Amino acid sequence: MLRNVSKRYGKRTVLHIDRLTIHAGRTLAILGPSGAGKSTLLRLLNFLETPDTGQIEYDGRLIVHGRLPLTTLREVTTVFQRPLLLDTTVWQNVAYGLRLRGRVEREAVVAALQQVGLDRLDRVSARILSGGEAQRVALARALVIKPRVLLLDEPTANLDPANVTIIEEVIQRLRREGTTIVIVTHHLFQARRLADDVALLMDGALIEAGSGEQIFQQPRDPRTAAFIEGRMVY
Amino acid sequence: MNDLLEVLRQAITLLLERDSATWEITRLSLYVSGAALGLSTVAGLPLGALLALRSFRGRRLLVALIYTGMGLPPVAVGLCVYLLLSRSGPLGDLEWLFTPQAMILAQTIISLPVVAGLTMTSIQGADPALRVQLRALGASPLQVTMALLWEVRSGVLVALIAGFGAIISEVGAVMLVGGNIAGSTRVLTTAIVLETRKGQFDLALALTFVLLALTFAINMGTLLLQQRLTRR
Repeated sequence: MLRNVSKRYGKRTVLHIDRLTIHAGRTLAILGPSGAGKSTLLRLLNFLETPDTGQIEYDGRLIVHGRLPLTTLREVTTVFQRPLLLDTTVWQNVAYGLRLRGRVEREAVVAALQQVGLDRLDRVSARILSGGEAQRVALARALVIKPRVLLLDEPTANLDPANVTIIEEVIQRLRREGTTIVIVTHHLFQARRLADDVALLMDGALIEAGSGEQIFQQPRDPRTAAFIEGRMVY
Repeated sequence: MNDLLEVLRQAITLLLERDSATWEITRLSLYVSGAALGLSTVAGLPLGALLALRSFRGRRLLVALIYTGMGLPPVAVGLCVYLLLSRSGPLGDLEWLFTPQAMILAQTIISLPVVAGLTMTSIQGADPALRVQLRALGASPLQVTMALLWEVRSGVLVALIAGFGAIISEVGAVMLVGGNIAGSTRVLTTAIVLETRKGQFDLALALTFVLLALTFAINMGTLLLQQRLTRR
């Protein structure tokens, strides 16, 4: 849960959220035009940045940045829009998160690679992968550590439909398994397919948040309606 | 051409003579410069990483000092270490002057800035977004640093080669603080200076050949290692 959270870069306030609750075990899609503060919100949720004001509560506990135990930090992870892989094999990339935690389970790595359909490429260098394959490795690397909260920052932007399908299938599976997921996306249809809840951000402010059904069927804010109907030019 | 072949023959003869002092001199060169590089690595890699990844007060000054240190004249380092270790100096009680320890100390001061400075620029060349991704995967600050050092391993190897190159070839510092004492502090470079002064050009050239061959072998080995580490 976020309360009065804001983040500034220099003098510019890029995000200000009065109140936003992310429900455990549900999938929240964050919609909004570019520059709305969506990625900033994800970085705050992954404890990668400190809010300038306000409070973030995680699992009922108030988050004090800089004094967060590593075990809590490690319950949350992010897959970014651009897959940032290490200069080593696919297998080592996927095993990385487990190695950090001191437990490399071979079967878990193999299973994660199978889920994204890359188990045959495990010995290949991550440098020679296509964009879609690299993003699938990044997703496998995140799901192998079985995060309680998975943050996805436009994970399928710039990918072809085949790769989008594979990635969405993995997300659906995690959703069924009860992982809390926050996905930033530009695609309304993707939000409809994947999300239980939807939040709309614009110019760093939260316009509206609610269940997918409510947002898509009966948006309360005229801006939400305009965004969903594609009338908003951005 | 014949002269060169003669030098080569003499160099090989020198090395083949078992009781030859050349082995001892070569061994000491490797020991002193190897130990200095080892110390520079242990201190320089963390220092380079710290400067690349953290911002703190005095960071800029430290970077400026390191850049200055990368071009430090060995003879100036030798003089400072000499004064430090001389009997009336602040570290005189160690009685290190004219010992291999003094030479290692001086050479560490020469190679540390090279190792730290080049490590820093290597890490700075890595994608900053990768750091954020590693943290998002749950890496502790130490784990992030280790992963980044591995990520830029080619650059780190170059840092080590440059650090080693700066000391295996230097003569000013080891001459001043070691004293070029036969059987105790004589290394390849100081022996070359001595033989040249004595007019023993053949011997000086032979020792030079040994030094070059040694440096070449080490660099070749490092190059092969680099290729292995960065193989696709």
